[in-house]
Amino acid sequence: MSTTALSQFSIPLLMGNSLNAWSDALAGFYLFGLPLGLVIIAAIPLVFIALYSLTYGVYGERKISAFMQDRLGPMEVGKWGILQTIADILKLLQKEDIVPASADKFLFVVGPGILFVGSFLAFAVLPFSPAFIGASLNVGLFFAIGIVAIEVVGILAAGWGSNNKWSLYGAVRSVAQIVSYEIPAAIALLCGAMMAGTLDMQKINILQSGSYGFAHFFLFHSPIAWLPFLIYFIASLAEVNRAPFDIPEAESELVAGYFTEYTGMKFAVIFLAEYGSMFMVSAIISIVFLGGWNSPLPNLGGVALNDWTNGPVWGALWIISKGFFFIFVQMWLRWTLPRLRVDQLMYLCWKVLTPFAFISFVLTAIWEVYRP
Amino acid sequence: MQELDTAGLGSVRVTRQSDTVVILEKDLATEQMVLAMGPQHPSTHGVLKLECLTDGEVITQAEPYLGYLHRCFEKCCENVDYPAVVPYTDRLDYLAGMNSEFAYAITVEKLLDIEIPRRVEFIRVIVAELNRIASHLVAIGTYGIDLGAFTPFLFCFRDREIILGLLEWASGARMLYNYIWVGGLAYDVPADFLKRVKEFVDYFRPKTVELCELLTKNEIFVKRTLGIGIMPADVAINYGWSGPMLRGSGVKWDLRRNDPYSIYPELDFKVPVPDGKDSVIGDCLSRHLVRAWEMDESLKIIEQCIDKMPSAEGFNSRSAIPKRIRPKAGEVYGRAENPRGELGFYIESDGKSTKPLRCKARSSCFVNLSAMKDLSMGQLIPDLVAIIGSIDIVLGEVDR
Repeated sequence: MSTTALSQFSIPLLMGNSLNAWSDALAGFYLFGLPLGLVIIAAIPLVFIALYSLTYGVYGERKISAFMQDRLGPMEVGKWGILQTIADILKLLQKEDIVPASADKFLFVVGPGILFVGSFLAFAVLPFSPAFIGASLNVGLFFAIGIVAIEVVGILAAGWGSNNKWSLYGAVRSVAQIVSYEIPAAIALLCGAMMAGTLDMQKINILQSGSYGFAHFFLFHSPIAWLPFLIYFIASLAEVNRAPFDIPEAESELVAGYFTEYTGMKFAVIFLAEYGSMFMVSAIISIVFLGGWNSPLPNLGGVALNDWTNGPVWGALWIISKGFFFIFVQMWLRWTLPRLRVDQLMYLCWKVLTPFAFISFVLTAIWEVYRP
Repeated sequence: MQELDTAGLGSVRVTRQSDTVVILEKDLATEQMVLAMGPQHPSTHGVLKLECLTDGEVITQAEPYLGYLHRCFEKCCENVDYPAVVPYTDRLDYLAGMNSEFAYAITVEKLLDIEIPRRVEFIRVIVAELNRIASHLVAIGTYGIDLGAFTPFLFCFRDREIILGLLEWASGARMLYNYIWVGGLAYDVPADFLKRVKEFVDYFRPKTVELCELLTKNEIFVKRTLGIGIMPADVAINYGWSGPMLRGSGVKWDLRRNDPYSIYPELDFKVPVPDGKDSVIGDCLSRHLVRAWEMDESLKIIEQCIDKMPSAEGFNSRSAIPKRIRPKAGEVYGRAENPRGELGFYIESDGKSTKPLRCKARSSCFVNLSAMKDLSMGQLIPDLVAIIGSIDIVLGEVDR
C-alpha cells in the first residue's frame, strides 16, 4: 500500500530513497549491537517532531488561552510572538539552578529526568507516517501505555525529593490519580486493540485505511466504539494532569504541586515533559480511534481524494494535525472548566469511567465475535 | 477483633487466640502535619497566613495569622486633620475605595451635623455602587481562580477595567480615589459621565448572564461549592458577620435598608438572600450567588440614580465642605454597607483639635475572617481554599 502511495509523489519518493540509501550505508556500523544507522535515523526526526510539537504546543496554549480570554497573548518576540517559547527556554537556561539545601539531591535531580524520559520514550512507537516509525514494535501500544507509567516514578521522586509539603501533596495526589486513571485508559485502548486484533501501532493504522476515508476509522468501526474513545480521552486528560483534573499541580491549592521547588532548566524539563505527554496521548487517541496517518477524506467516484491525500508526507500531516486538534480540545477544556476535588476525581475514575470501560470492553468483544 | 490505641503507634487491629495477642493489621503511625498556608500562597488573597494542622488532606485546625499588612491606620488618623483621613480610608479596602470614603464621610458629617447637596448624594451613590460592582467582580473572578477556572477571572477584569476607567475619569485615580470628601465631592462628575455610566449598565447586563453561564451554572463549580463551609444564621450573627456573608446565611440584613443612609431609602432595590433552592443556605455557593445577585441590584440602583439625578446647574460639589473641621466634643459611630459588609468608623472628638482624638475602623473582613477556625474544621485543603475565597477578604482592611 505504501509503495503505491509513494509512487505518486516524486519528492517523498526521492526522500525515501535517499533515506534508505543513507540508512543502508550507516547500517554497517553497530552501536551496542544495534545498527547505528537505524537508531540515528529514527531518533533525529523524532526529537525534532517532539520538540517542535511542544514548542508550538506551549505557544498555542498561550495564544488560545489569550483568544478565549479577550487578550492578545505574547506579541513581542517575533511576529505575533511566535518565537516566545524559544526566548522562554533561553531565559530558563540562564537561570540559576537551585537545589534546596534540605532537598534529597539525588531524587531532586533525577525526578525531572525520569519524567522527561517517560514522556518522550513513547514517541519511539508512534507511527508518524506509513514510512516512518521510530521503533516498529509488535507490542507498540502496550509499550506506549506502559512507558507513561514511568512518569509516576519521576513525579514521586520530584515531589518527595523537594522536601516541601506542597510538593509532597502534589506528588501523592498525582500518583494516586495517574495510577487510577491508567485502568480505564488501558481498558479503553484495549477495545481499540481488539478491533484491530494487534498491538502493533503501524498495523493498527494500516487496518484503518481504505477508500472511504474516515468511515474506516475505528471510531466508526462498531456502534459502541465512541464509548472507549470518550473514556480514553477523559482518562488521558487525567493522566497528563490537564484541567479539570490538574489537581496535582493545582496552582491555587498546592502552589505548583510537585514542581514547586524547581527552577531554571529543571523546571523547563518538567514543563516540556508535560507538553510532550499532551501530544503523546493526543497522538495515541488519533492512532487508535481516528486512523492515525490515514486521510479522513473519502474517494468520491473519480475524485479520488483519499488516494491523493495519502502517503508518507501526507501521513505526517494528518497525524500531527489530528494530534494538535486534541491538544486544542485539551486547552479549550482547561480554559473553561474549574478543577475537580480529589475525592470527586477518584469517584469519577472508579465509579464512572472504570465500569463503563469494562462495559465497552465486553460489548466490543461481543461485537468483534458476532458482528454481522 | 478489637481496636487498641497504643501510644504513638496509632490504632492496631488485633485478635486474641487463646492467650496470645495476634496483630492482624498495624496501621501506619500517622502524625499530624503543620502546614503553613501563606503568607505567600496564591489563594490566601494577599498576605494572610493560615497555620493548618492537617491529617493527610483533612484540616483538623486552622489558625489565621494577621498583621502582615498592618499600616497603623488608626494611629495615622490621630495625627492628621479630618479631611486628610479620606485618602487613608481608600487604602483600607483598596478594592472598594469609594465605599470606604463614603462610610467615613457620612460618619464625620453625622458628627458635624451638616446638610449635603442632593446632587452630591446621588453622585456618591453612583460611584459607590459602581465600585461595589467592581469589587464583586474581583471577588467572583478570584473565586473562579481559587477553584481552577481561569477564564472568568479575565472576563471579570475586562469589565472591571471599564468601571475603573469611569471612576478614573471622575476622580483622577484608578483605585485610591480621594473623591468623596467630608461634606461634598472633590469634583463634580465630568460632562457625559452619566451617559457613559448608562452605556456601561446596558453593556454589563448581558455580561452578568455570560458570567453566570460560564461559572455559576458550571457543574464542577457547583460541585465544588455546594454544601461546603456551611455557616448557620445564628452562628453568623454571633460572629458579627455582615454583608454578603451574612446574607449568604439567609439573614436579610443590609445597612442600606436596615440603617438607611444617604438617598438609599428613595431607591428601589431588593436585598437578595438565598432561598435554599439552588444552594444550601449558608454555604460557599450561597455567598457567591448573593454577590452575583447584588451586582444586578447595583445596576438597578445606578439606573434609578441617573434618572433621578438633579441637574448640575449652579452646582458646586464643594459648597457644603466646611472650611475647617473642628467638631464639638463627642463621639459618633457611622457605618455603611460595603461590598464586604459593614464598615464602621468610631470617631471621638475632644472639641478643641482639628484632628480626631480616636478613629477606629470596624472592619467587616476582619470580623468575617474570625470565623475561619470554625469553618475550616475537618475540611479538605481544596475546600479550605474554596472557603477562604468565599469569605472574600481584602487584607488591607483586615490588618488596617
